[in-house]
Amino acid sequence: MMTNAVAGNLASGRAVLEVRKLVQAYFDPERRVEDVVLAAIDLDVHAGEFICVVGPSGCGKTRLLNIIGGFERPKSGACLLDGAPVGAPDRHRGIVTQQYSLFPNLTVLDNVRLGLDLEEFTLPGRWLRPIAYRLGRRRFAAQAMEYIERVGLTAHARKYPYQLSGGMRQRVAIAQAMIMRPRILLMDEPFGALDPGVRADLQGMMIQTHQAEKNTVFFVTHDLEEAVFLGTRLICLSPYAKDGTRLPGSRIVFDRPVDFPKSPEVRAATEFGRFLDEVKEAGFGAQDRARAAKQRF
Amino acid sequence: MADIRGHFRIRSPLSRRARGLLAVVPFALLAAAYGVGAELRHRDNPKDRLMPGAAQLLDGIREAAREHKIGEREDGEPITERWIVVDTLVSLRRLGIALVLATTASIALGLFMGTFTAIDALLNPFFRALSKIPPLALLPILFIYLGTDELPKLALMVIGVLPTLTQDVYLRIRDVPQEVVNKAYTLGASTLEVAFKVVLAQAWPRILDSVRLTLGPLWVFLIASEAISAESGLGYQIYRAQRWLGVNLILPYILWISLLGFAMDVALRFWIRWRHPWAGTEGD
Repeated sequence: MMTNAVAGNLASGRAVLEVRKLVQAYFDPERRVEDVVLAAIDLDVHAGEFICVVGPSGCGKTRLLNIIGGFERPKSGACLLDGAPVGAPDRHRGIVTQQYSLFPNLTVLDNVRLGLDLEEFTLPGRWLRPIAYRLGRRRFAAQAMEYIERVGLTAHARKYPYQLSGGMRQRVAIAQAMIMRPRILLMDEPFGALDPGVRADLQGMMIQTHQAEKNTVFFVTHDLEEAVFLGTRLICLSPYAKDGTRLPGSRIVFDRPVDFPKSPEVRAATEFGRFLDEVKEAGFGAQDRARAAKQRF
Repeated sequence: MADIRGHFRIRSPLSRRARGLLAVVPFALLAAAYGVGAELRHRDNPKDRLMPGAAQLLDGIREAAREHKIGEREDGEPITERWIVVDTLVSLRRLGIALVLATTASIALGLFMGTFTAIDALLNPFFRALSKIPPLALLPILFIYLGTDELPKLALMVIGVLPTLTQDVYLRIRDVPQEVVNKAYTLGASTLEVAFKVVLAQAWPRILDSVRLTLGPLWVFLIASEAISAESGLGYQIYRAQRWLGVNLILPYILWISLLGFAMDVALRFWIRWRHPWAGTEGD
C-alpha cells in the first residue's frame, strides 16, 4: 500500500514534505529575549530525493530535523507530510541518530523486526493471540533477515548491540528504520562518530540503498564533503548575511541539486571541489569573514 | 617484599587467590575475637550464657532442629515440628508475599511516574514525603487498625519499602533517554508499548538490582514485626529466646538469616546477569 502512495505522489509531483514559514525560537531567560533559531524556513522535499542539510554549528539543522520528526514543536509555521500537518512522531518518519540508535536489550534481529512487530500487534494482542503472534514473529524474522543481509550483517543477527562495533550498529539502525519503509527517513549525523574508513563504507551503502529503493532521505551532517557526495540535493542553513552580519535566525542560503557520479573517485575531481567552495562561500564564508573582522580589531 | 608496594597503588590489579584470601580475613578475625571472649568468660563462669562456647552453640542448634511435640493426633501419634523449619517457612512466606506486593506496586507506580508527566506531578511529591516517615513508627497504628495477625506484618513490610523502591524505579525509568522513546514511536509503537516494551524492558535489569537491594530493609521490617506479635517466624524465635538468655539459639538463627539473605542476593544477581547479558551497556 505504501508503494502505491509513493507512485501516486511521483505522478502528481506533490512534495512528500512541505515546510512553510517555519520559525523556531526559544526564550532565553538570562537575556530575557526570544532567541530565534530558524527564521521562516520554506522547503519542499520530493519523493526519492536524498536531501543533505549542512550549515555552521548551531544553525539549527538538527532543530529542523527534530521538528519534521515531531520530536519538538515549532514556534510558528507548518510542516506537512503528504499534505497533512505532522504531529507526534509516528511510523511514517523514520530516524537514525548518532547515539542511542539501537535498543540495547534486543538482538540485531529483534531490533530490526521490532517495528513490524509493533505495527501488527497490540500489547494485549500478543497475549490473547499467542499462535498468531508466534507465526507473525517468524514471518517478521524472515523479512528482517533480508534487511540484515542487505546491510551485510547476517552472521551477527543473534548478537546484542554491545557486541557490535560502532559502524555495525549504524548499519543495524539503518536496516531497522528502512524496514518500516517510512515516507521520509531522517538521519541526524548518523556517521559522525565513525572512523573515516568505516564512514566511507557506510556512505557507499547509503548510496546503494537509495539508488535501489528511491526512498526519501533527509540527512543532516556537519561534513560538507559527505553532504555533496551523498545527496541528490544540498541545502545550507546559515544565520549569516552576505556581508557577515548575524541575522536573527537561520534561513536557507543555498539550495541546489547535486548530480555528481556516486563513486569515491569523484571526491578528487575539480568540479567536486568547486561545488564545495560554492557551498562554503554561501553558508560559511560570511561567518568566516565576520570572525576574521573580529580578530583584526 | 619490594613488589608489595605495587599493591598500594590506586586500583592496582589483584590475583583471584589473593582476593579470596583477603575476603576470609575479616570473618576469621571476628570468629577469633568471639572465641577469645567466650573462653575468657567461661574461665570465670563455666555456665556463662552470654557468650556461649562451641558446645553450647551446638546445643542451641540441636534445640532448634529437633522435633518438638506440639500436640497429639486422635490415634495418639504425636504431632511434632522443628523450630528452624517452621520459622523459616513462615518467615519466607511473609517475606515473599510482601516482596511480590511491594515490587509489583512499585514498578507500576515508578513506571507510570517516570513516563507520564501528569502522574509524575501527581505522585512524586507524595512519595517523596511518604518516604520520610520512619515505617517502624507506624507499627503501633498498624497493630491497632489491622489486629495482630498477618496483615499488619505485611503492611509494615510493604509500607516500609514501597516509597523508596518506587522512587528508585522512577529514577531507573527516567534514565532511559528521550531519544529511545522517540525512536520507538517512529517504529510505530503505541504509548503503552513504548512504556512497557521499550522503556520498562530497557530499565528492567537495573530495576531488579533495586529490588535486590530492597531485600535488606525488607528483612528488617519482617524481624521487627515478628518481634512484637507472632506465634512463629525467625524474628519471633529470636525475641522469645531473649527471655531465657538463649544466646546460643539466637546466634545460629542470626547466622541462618544472613545466609538466607546472602543466598537470595546471589540468586538474584545471577538471574539478572544470566537473563540480561546486555545489562550495563545501555550507554554504549
